[in-house]
Amino acid sequence: MRRVAITGVGVISAMGKTTDEFWANLAAGRSGIRTIQTCDTSQLRFKNGAEYTEFSHQPYFTDKQVDYLDRFAQFAVIAAREAVEQSGIVWTDDLRERTGIVTGSCTGGQITEDLGFRDIYEFKRNRIHPLSIPKVMGNAGASQISMEYGIVGPAYTVTTACSSSAHAFGQAFWLVRNGVVDFAITGGSEAPFSYAFLKSWEAMRVVSPDTCRPFSADRTGMVLGEGAAMFTLEPLDHARARGANILGEISGFGMSADASHITVPNPKGAARAMRAAMTDAGITPEQVGYVNAHGTATRANDISETLALRETFGEHLARLPVSSTKSMHGHGLGAAGALEAAATVLALRHGVLPPTMNYRELDPECDMDVIPNVARPAQVEYALSNSFAFGGLNAVLAFRNSA
Amino acid sequence: MPDEITQRVLHVIADAQRLAPEKVTVDKTFQELGIDSMDGVSLLFALENEFDINIPDEAAKSIRSVQDMVDGVKKILEHGGTLPADLIPPTPAGETKEPVEGSSEGAPVA
Repeated sequence: MRRVAITGVGVISAMGKTTDEFWANLAAGRSGIRTIQTCDTSQLRFKNGAEYTEFSHQPYFTDKQVDYLDRFAQFAVIAAREAVEQSGIVWTDDLRERTGIVTGSCTGGQITEDLGFRDIYEFKRNRIHPLSIPKVMGNAGASQISMEYGIVGPAYTVTTACSSSAHAFGQAFWLVRNGVVDFAITGGSEAPFSYAFLKSWEAMRVVSPDTCRPFSADRTGMVLGEGAAMFTLEPLDHARARGANILGEISGFGMSADASHITVPNPKGAARAMRAAMTDAGITPEQVGYVNAHGTATRANDISETLALRETFGEHLARLPVSSTKSMHGHGLGAAGALEAAATVLALRHGVLPPTMNYRELDPECDMDVIPNVARPAQVEYALSNSFAFGGLNAVLAFRNSA
Repeated sequence: MPDEITQRVLHVIADAQRLAPEKVTVDKTFQELGIDSMDGVSLLFALENEFDINIPDEAAKSIRSVQDMVDGVKKILEHGGTLPADLIPPTPAGETKEPVEGSSEGAPVA
């Protein structure tokens, strides 16, 4: 099997419009959580989100182009462009056939759907915009990326709620590792800020009225976030041969299903996915030096994830830093796995572990080294990135520092 | 015979949880009725609609039994449908809800 290198990373989020901005803010502990601007929050129990408030489709797309692109697909293409440019790949017709695209999204173009359905139900209009279907479909991001570069190999989208883009990343990794493709673009994107969708989250009573405080005893729930992260993957020997800048390696992918409850997480399922990722990477728990946690800051997730980490790492957990960067970029749902994969790859590359921000008080049931509030310099070879979805579908990625 | 508000709460619980009405009595805990955390959230939605009230997230966290729910609804109705912030009980420090297998408590999130 081929080793797989990461040669490009693109990120657009509440933490900035590029990977460099994302990393600078992560390392400095500057949160993207702020008052939601694109939706009326006057009738919502929460007002805050990790929204990219300043976002405009310009200069990325013309007005004509953007008629075809929901916000989530715009994010997908923008992040893919940054990753591809960074990779320095030179496209040939042969490579376009040997390239795959696997994206993740939880809710697709639901902002477009929300507006269209208001036309029908609220404003009693008799027709809906003809581009609604191609804008709403969850694979719009993957399709738009394929058209952007003329990529004609395997391309599809994975939707597994909050694990979507981690599952997508793992699929793309395996496609490259097993020789199905020679180059891949993967990641995820999400644009969750529409009124009805926020109301749906409000009804679940899991969104914080304040901010996201993962693993802190006084945590009050999650904060939604938007954006995209995309990566270019290729065989390590190909990347070396063409002199590409190798940012890190994706070395393992593990999946599991809880099969226990549609919303309550089960630590045994999470632990199985972490073990599977390490087995796939051919490493032992003691080799892991950092875990980017799912860490939603809900009462249930953070306790369940701590139990899973204890089961997986045993005594090694006492020496294993674990942080949740959702405290800064929010919960990106279908983009979460990709945003956190970016945080993990960049942490290994820069030798700095991003903090868990907004942390105030030890919870005895989450008694781990969560890198509270301040980033920490550390040279780490292997790291895991955890994603655990509603529906009990878990995906864990193992990354290796190639420096 | 329970009072009218209590009867309506019992009816909502039985209806929303597909339980035989005679099984839903004020002395039952949610655990005894097999009501898990997500069921509990759905019940709050049903009660908000039944009584046209707003049940705050913080107040909802301490509800563990039918009696808690009846008391909570009555308190909110006394305040015209929305509980003032100073009457919302804070979640006691250190209080946690185990999300492990078979548990009926804990916030329902991935």
